[in-house]
Amino acid sequence: MIRLGVPSKGRLMQDCLDWFGARGVVMRRTGSDREYSVAVEGIGGVVPVLLSAGEIPRDLATGRIHLGVTGSDLVREQLVEDEVAEIARLGFGQADLVLAVPNVWIDVETVDDLDAAAAAFRKAHGHRLRIATKYHRLVRNFLQAQGVADYQLVDSQGATEGTVKNGTAEAIADITSSGETLRANHLRILSDGLIHSSEAVLWASTAAEWTAEGREAMGRLAGMLKVRLPI
Amino acid sequence: MNAKAAIRAEGERLLAGFLQAGAVLVDADVLQPAETLLDLYGEDIRARAYVTQDPVRGEMMLRPDFTVPVVQAHMAHGADPARYAYLGEVFRKQARGSGRASEYLQVGYEVFDRAAPDAADAEVFALFRDLLAGLNLRPVIGDIGILMAAVRGLETSERRKAALLRHVWRPKRFRALLDRFAGRAPAHAGRVALLDRLKAGSPAQLIEQAGTFVGLRSADEIVARAQTLVADAEMPPIKATEAALLYDLLGLEAPAGHALRHLRGITAMLPAIGPAVDRFAARLEALASRGVDVETLAFEASHGRTALEYYDGFVFSFLADGMPPVASGGRYDALTAVLGSGAFIPAVGGVIRPGLVAGLKGATA
Repeated sequence: MIRLGVPSKGRLMQDCLDWFGARGVVMRRTGSDREYSVAVEGIGGVVPVLLSAGEIPRDLATGRIHLGVTGSDLVREQLVEDEVAEIARLGFGQADLVLAVPNVWIDVETVDDLDAAAAAFRKAHGHRLRIATKYHRLVRNFLQAQGVADYQLVDSQGATEGTVKNGTAEAIADITSSGETLRANHLRILSDGLIHSSEAVLWASTAAEWTAEGREAMGRLAGMLKVRLPI
Repeated sequence: MNAKAAIRAEGERLLAGFLQAGAVLVDADVLQPAETLLDLYGEDIRARAYVTQDPVRGEMMLRPDFTVPVVQAHMAHGADPARYAYLGEVFRKQARGSGRASEYLQVGYEVFDRAAPDAADAEVFALFRDLLAGLNLRPVIGDIGILMAAVRGLETSERRKAALLRHVWRPKRFRALLDRFAGRAPAHAGRVALLDRLKAGSPAQLIEQAGTFVGLRSADEIVARAQTLVADAEMPPIKATEAALLYDLLGLEAPAGHALRHLRGITAMLPAIGPAVDRFAARLEALASRGVDVETLAFEASHGRTALEYYDGFVFSFLADGMPPVASGGRYDALTAVLGSGAFIPAVGGVIRPGLVAGLKGATA
């Protein structure tokens, strides 16, 4: 028996159920629509579990689930490369993690400009230039690789686009699909400010216990989904 | 004796050596305020140090090194001159599968002395050499002061020099800037478009057209940088001959005696490095007087640039194959000014990892 983590809410859940359904693995909510419970038809030995998309990476890392569907942004933020194996990109849930600055910063177009502006900002204001984000690791790795200095990351778990106007940050790094919200909050994406292109991915846990029976179920599932075997 | 006890004993032996050399024993808290270290090293240090949260004291870090707390203690109430020694754990995150320890002992020696920096450099290096004798380590020295002097001596704008100096410790960024200032790398397309816009209208106008003003960074700051960008775009690239000398310097690796002769040779074309090369020569003399063979001692001009420290002069390491540096150190004059709120004292020091020393002794025993 293998456990398959499915996002428990919203568009991501529906797209996920549709993707599996189109390949003969039909999952249906059971009980009331408030109950987090789902059943599968068309395949044996696979048990779907509804989980918060943000917690699926952790459950994959600890091996509590064998498979899971969640955004690559969440996995790359929370896990290191070898804790999970990518089985398939599912073609939905696309969004970009980008670095954005106020549109009125007419002197800042690239990461290189941001670095120079950060140096001047620190001199003028006595503190490092603040970048609001919830993707601390991805953003820091990106800026570190480019040798950007004199910035600080401030945590923002929601409404990140508003932090600049509210005076708690000078710039932001956040997920966007259309850029609407950024524009509405008078922000602009740096021309080389794409940190990560995210989409929904089916992952396999390398920490989970894969029994002979589990491998067999995985083999059948992989055949139906037309994906390669992870383990 | 188990491994941990052997390492501790090795640490005690090295510490005794430092105390015998005249150092005063100092200690430092394991929990350090994160803010000081973040302001000094930037966010990058979060990837290397353990950060923890205290509801009252705010963000704290498990001591990633002793240098900062020792300098702070000295700047607050130190004797002048002073020599300090310490022994204790430091904590560093390591990549998965690296096999490197994330908690290990460091034993260190720091000299705060205004009198004779070259002699102090040599004193520290020779002391480390003596305490590490018989381990067959490979010593390497460098001098970030020469690089900084070379940048300061470039025939270009102060702004470009400041940009290069700011990134001396980030070799990749430094290289990218130098390539751009020297006209060797094409400007980013985004930057070209930006310059076209800036030339098409006045900065104030462009800001006006950009819509609602948000953020703490003021219009004056934006205008000032826009003007700087335009001025910089009109400035000629750093001369090819000068740039070539700097590239040559960055890659210089040779025995110290040979490196000195090479540096003397290029001083004629880059006179600004003259005083730094004189200091290098004086240091080699001081090293030679302590029995160091400077004709074979390895010199690497870029050595120490990727270290976490704010080294700005002499740097050194003692290396063995297949492990992190067994010992490393250097001069960090600028750090004392940063942490001393205006006060300043030349300082040089270094650390040894007793765990690696014990490991080498175990392997050779």
